[in-house]
Amino acid sequence: MRKGRILALFSNFDEAFAAISDIRHYKVPGVSVDDVTVISPIEHPEIEEVLGERPSHVPKFTLLGALTGVTFGFFFLASAQATFTVQPQGGKPVIPLPSNFVLMYEMLILFAMLFTVTAFVIGARLFRKRKSLYSEKVSLDQVGIELEVDEKYIEPLKELFNQHQALEIREEVIK
Amino acid sequence: MQSKDINEDIRWAQINEDVLRSLENPRMGYWVAVGVCLALLALAIIAEIYQYRVGMGVGNLNWPHMWDLYIATFIFWIGMSHSGTLLSAILHITHADWRKPIYRFAEAMTTFTLMTAALFPVIHLGRLWNMYWVLPYFSDRGIWPNFRSPLVWDAFAIFTYLTTSALFLYIGSIPDLAICRDNARGWRKKLYTALSLGWRGDDRQWRNFRKTYLVMACFLIPLAVSVHSIVSSDFAMSIMPGWHVTTFPPYFVAGALYSGCAAIITLFILLRYFFRFEAYMTMPILDKTCKLTFAIAMVWTYLNLIEFASVWYGHDKVAKELLIAKFTGPYSPYFWAMLILGSVLPFTLAFEKLRTNIPVMFVVSILLNVGMWLERWMIVAPTLSLSYQPFAFDVMWANWVQWFIVIGSFGWFGLLFLIFVKVIPSVSMYEVKEMIFHRRHIANKDIAAVMHRRATDPKPAGGQPSGASGSTPGTPGLEGA
Repeated sequence: MRKGRILALFSNFDEAFAAISDIRHYKVPGVSVDDVTVISPIEHPEIEEVLGERPSHVPKFTLLGALTGVTFGFFFLASAQATFTVQPQGGKPVIPLPSNFVLMYEMLILFAMLFTVTAFVIGARLFRKRKSLYSEKVSLDQVGIELEVDEKYIEPLKELFNQHQALEIREEVIK
Repeated sequence: MQSKDINEDIRWAQINEDVLRSLENPRMGYWVAVGVCLALLALAIIAEIYQYRVGMGVGNLNWPHMWDLYIATFIFWIGMSHSGTLLSAILHITHADWRKPIYRFAEAMTTFTLMTAALFPVIHLGRLWNMYWVLPYFSDRGIWPNFRSPLVWDAFAIFTYLTTSALFLYIGSIPDLAICRDNARGWRKKLYTALSLGWRGDDRQWRNFRKTYLVMACFLIPLAVSVHSIVSSDFAMSIMPGWHVTTFPPYFVAGALYSGCAAIITLFILLRYFFRFEAYMTMPILDKTCKLTFAIAMVWTYLNLIEFASVWYGHDKVAKELLIAKFTGPYSPYFWAMLILGSVLPFTLAFEKLRTNIPVMFVVSILLNVGMWLERWMIVAPTLSLSYQPFAFDVMWANWVQWFIVIGSFGWFGLLFLIFVKVIPSVSMYEVKEMIFHRRHIANKDIAAVMHRRATDPKPAGGQPSGASGSTPGTPGLEGA
């Protein structure tokens, strides 16, 4: 079965969410809300209530980055300070923890931030070529619903979107 | 005066149009500002070339005044960097949506002030060609920086803060860069296509964006505080009179926030004029920023008094003599000017009539920063001129070389900032849309629910008759309506 992609544009969130609600209630059998992607100029504050909870792994990456940073910070400083063991320390420790904490803290934040940004780039699927169905009107003031489904569902979906005053519907067949 | 932070009837398309127009069609004043910045920068370049060829002595930078205007100005720029990102992060976490039209340029200010500040240790060292010695790299000489020194902490902290502030600014700009991409032509289209990283605004992207931005904001707050605390350690960890003060870290952080807030007011007024942003950079937002500045000014004043009191009632004779010398000695005119500009002038911000007068606020915000620059100079110079050893007592005044470099740094910062606001939208389009959407829909929905509850509840708690009061303080959403 060939697959198709369909994008419907709406003038506001209410109409788009009404269409998603119909999909959630299986008005188009075979198409579920998990297939839906909402494209919008802003993030609607209640989007999770409409689409259901979808995971984001950003906080896990942040934690990993923070742990990496603090570990790197300690070993980086300690390995440099350990090269001075041949020099007299005047009774001071070779690896002084209190002063090293300052830089370990800075490394913790630096690495946490770098890992967070990496997680964002991966999680948000940036650096990918945009799908051909993208509409510039979405960055202006319209809300889009995009689905990638079997070709046979395209027509029922068009009908559903038209019932909810879709301003424009675009479709394409995925080769 | 307009009572709402923003006109809730602005169409989203109008927001795009207004902000995108600013990238192409500023007022003539913008180009005059660019010219002034270039002229100032040229002065600094001439002075730096002269100093580079002849030596540091030509700026009258000599023992015991090894740290003079350069380090004072370094602290000034580091301080100014604090308000942008720090306030943006705090206001983001606390959901203060009035930050949305102004946070972008404030964050840009942070990035460019840090880039300006980072020049000063390099200029101050003199031997620019040996700068790489301060970097921690593996060398066959086995030489490493002294990681116990606050000066090395400084380098790490500033690098971390610059990197994270720039990332925070960039990540927050991606949705707007996508809008620019969708509306631009020619070289701008290519630039924005590359910078927007393929952003299309789908729910997956927004979901990850929201979490990323929140996490970054949470990390930036302690980072910003740590950076200026570490800068204060450059002084406080020495045993020099006037520097060895326990309150220095909070004093530096308060001073940093203060000068940053004053700079936000200056830039707010300039951008509002240059780009005709009256609909976004509104008087209520300026009013809130002024109130915030006043509050921080009072904290800074309090910490100043605490410092004076602890020295006055302490047992450190040298520190006490230094304090008296600041009030009565050769630096006293500048010290008094600092106190008047830093502690008395902010009272103009307490009066609504003055606070809402744009020309007055423009002049006041600049004078506040003059006061804050004097504060940094009064931290550095008097201690160097009147330290523990009488044979080292010496008052030295910077000559034209140092002054040109200091003045030129304002040109350098101004130029970077003006280029930025001409290429990247200085008002966040998607956040202003969110602000309007939230106020128009969510807040109004809350009001409707409250009114409905009142209308249907025959005997509300507290014995008030239904719908008796038009506004209930603290009711969610009412303040935004």
